[in-house]
Amino acid sequence: MGNLGIIFKRELLSYFSTPLAYIFIVIFLITNGIFTFDMGGFYMRAQADLLPFFSFHPWLYLFMVPAIAMTLWADERKTGTIELLLTLPIRLADAVLGKFLAAWVLTGIALALTFPIWITVNYLGEPDNGVILAAYIGSWLMAGGFLAIGSCMSACTRNSVIAFILTVAICFLFVIVGSPILLNAFPEWIPQGVVDAFSALGFLTHFDSISKGVLDIRDMLFFTVFIAAWLLASAIVIEMKKAN
Amino acid sequence: MIAVENLTKKFDQFTAVDDLSFSVQEGEVLGFLGPNGAGKSTTMKVITGFLAPTAGKVTIDGHDITHEPIAAKSLIGYLPEGAPSYGDMTTLEFLNFIASVRGFSGDELKQRVEHVIKEVDLASVGHQTIDTLSKGFKRRVGLAQAIMHDPKVLILDEPTDGLDPNQKHHVRELIKNLARDKIVIISTHILEEVTAVCSRAIIIAQGKIVADGTPSDLESRSRYHHAVTVRLSSDYDLQADLQGLADIASVEKSEADPLCFTILAKEGAAIYSKVSELAQSKQWPVEEFHVQRGQLEDVFRSITQQAIDTEQTEEAA
Repeated sequence: MGNLGIIFKRELLSYFSTPLAYIFIVIFLITNGIFTFDMGGFYMRAQADLLPFFSFHPWLYLFMVPAIAMTLWADERKTGTIELLLTLPIRLADAVLGKFLAAWVLTGIALALTFPIWITVNYLGEPDNGVILAAYIGSWLMAGGFLAIGSCMSACTRNSVIAFILTVAICFLFVIVGSPILLNAFPEWIPQGVVDAFSALGFLTHFDSISKGVLDIRDMLFFTVFIAAWLLASAIVIEMKKAN
Repeated sequence: MIAVENLTKKFDQFTAVDDLSFSVQEGEVLGFLGPNGAGKSTTMKVITGFLAPTAGKVTIDGHDITHEPIAAKSLIGYLPEGAPSYGDMTTLEFLNFIASVRGFSGDELKQRVEHVIKEVDLASVGHQTIDTLSKGFKRRVGLAQAIMHDPKVLILDEPTDGLDPNQKHHVRELIKNLARDKIVIISTHILEEVTAVCSRAIIIAQGKIVADGTPSDLESRSRYHHAVTVRLSSDYDLQADLQGLADIASVEKSEADPLCFTILAKEGAAIYSKVSELAQSKQWPVEEFHVQRGQLEDVFRSITQQAIDTEQTEEAA
C-alpha cells in the first residue's frame, strides 16, 4: 500500500472512531428525507423519478460538506500533528489527496445510504435507473467540489469554525453563480459571453444536466478540474503557511 | 553526518536563525541549549524538513533536506515540541500507522511496533485512545513513533518536558542506549539533562551559536570552576586567612547560610589543595568542604545574557 493509501485509511478510520461520521450520516439522511418528501413533494408529483431528491443536494451540501471539510487541515495545525505528518517521508500531494479522498468517500457512503429512496421509487413505479445512477454520480462529484474548496479553506487557518464559515461562503458563491436569479440580475450591457462564462462556473449549471441523466463529459470534466485546482491551491497554502 | 551550513530562517522581518553552521557526527549526542525564543525549535524544524530555510542548507548523510526531502526524512526520527499525535487513535493504531508510513508491513511491522512498545514501556496503554493518556504517556508515544524505524538520526525537541523524575531518568537512559551508532540532537532548557546525556552542547541565543563544546568544557568556563565551598560549624573569619593566598579571585558568602563560603579560583587555577592546607594549619572549624566542577547554569546565564546585551547595544547604535 502506498503512502496515499495509508493516509486515506487513517483518515477514514478516524472519522468512524469518533461519532462524527455517524452524526454526519444520520443528519444527512434525515434532512434528505425532509427535503424530498416534505418540501419536494415526492408523492404529490406522482412521477417515477428522483428529481426532488437530487435538486436539494446543492443546498444540503452547502452546510453538510463544509462541516466535514473544516477539520481537514485546521485541526492538524491546531494540535501540531501537521509537523509530525509533514516530517514523515511522504509527499505533500499524498497527504492532501489522501485526506480529501477519505472525506469524499465518507460523503459517498452517506449518499449510498440513501438507497431506500431508490428502492421506494422502483417499488412505486418504473423510473429510468440510468438517469438515477447518473444523478448519483453527479451529486457525488459536486460533493467533491465542495470538499475541495473546504480543504483549501481549512488549510488557511488553525480555527475550524473560521474554515467552516469561509467554506460555506465560497461554496454559496459557486452555487448561485449559475442560478437564474443571479444571471438575470446582470445588466443588459454586459456581453452574453461574460454571462455565459460566469454561469459555466456555477455548480447548478453542471449538476442540473447531470441530474436529468445527461452525463456530459464536459460536466464531468468541470468537476474534476475544479477539484484538482482547489486541491492544488490547498497544497500551495499548506506549503506557504506551515510556520504559523 | 548532519551538516548545517550557513542556515538562516526569517519570518517576515524577524530573524529566528541567523547564519548557523555546525555538523554532528555518528555517536554524538548534541544538546541544543538556549533561552526560550533563541531559535532552537526553528532550527530543528528546518533540519527535519518541516520548514524551508530562507538561506543556507542542511544535509543528512549527504541528502539535502530541501532537494531530496523523502530520502533525508527517511533517515530521521523526530519528536516535535509537545509530542503531537493523533488523539482519536489508540496507541496501537497510531504506532501501526507510523510503522506503515515508515515502510513496514506484515510481520515486520508487528515486530517493530512490539519492539518500540517494549522499549518505551507502553504495553499497558496499547488499546487506550491517546487523548485519554497522561502527559508522560503521550510523550512516550511520541518517542515511540520517533524510534520506530531505528533511525540514524534522532531529533528530539524537549523530550523530557512534563515528565516526572522517574520518567525523565527512564527517557535519558533510553537516549543513552540509542545513541551508540546514531546522531542524536535534543533541545532542552533543563541543564542537568545536558550533563546527564549529552556528549556535546551548543548554546544558541538570538539565532546564533554562542558556545559549542563538551559539557565539561562549558562547565570550566564557569566562575565556579574549581571553586571551593566551605561550611563552618561556628563563626570564623576565613577572609583574613585567605588574603595571603595566591590564585584566589574572591570569596562569596552564602545568602541562605551565614556560615557557608564559596572561595572562587582565578581562571585556570586549582586551589583545592592550597585551601585545604590552609584550613588545616589555621584549624578552621570545618563542617563541610568540597570542590565545585562549575555550574552550567551560571555559564548559560552569563553567555546568553551577553549575547542579548550585545544585540541590544548594536540596535541602539
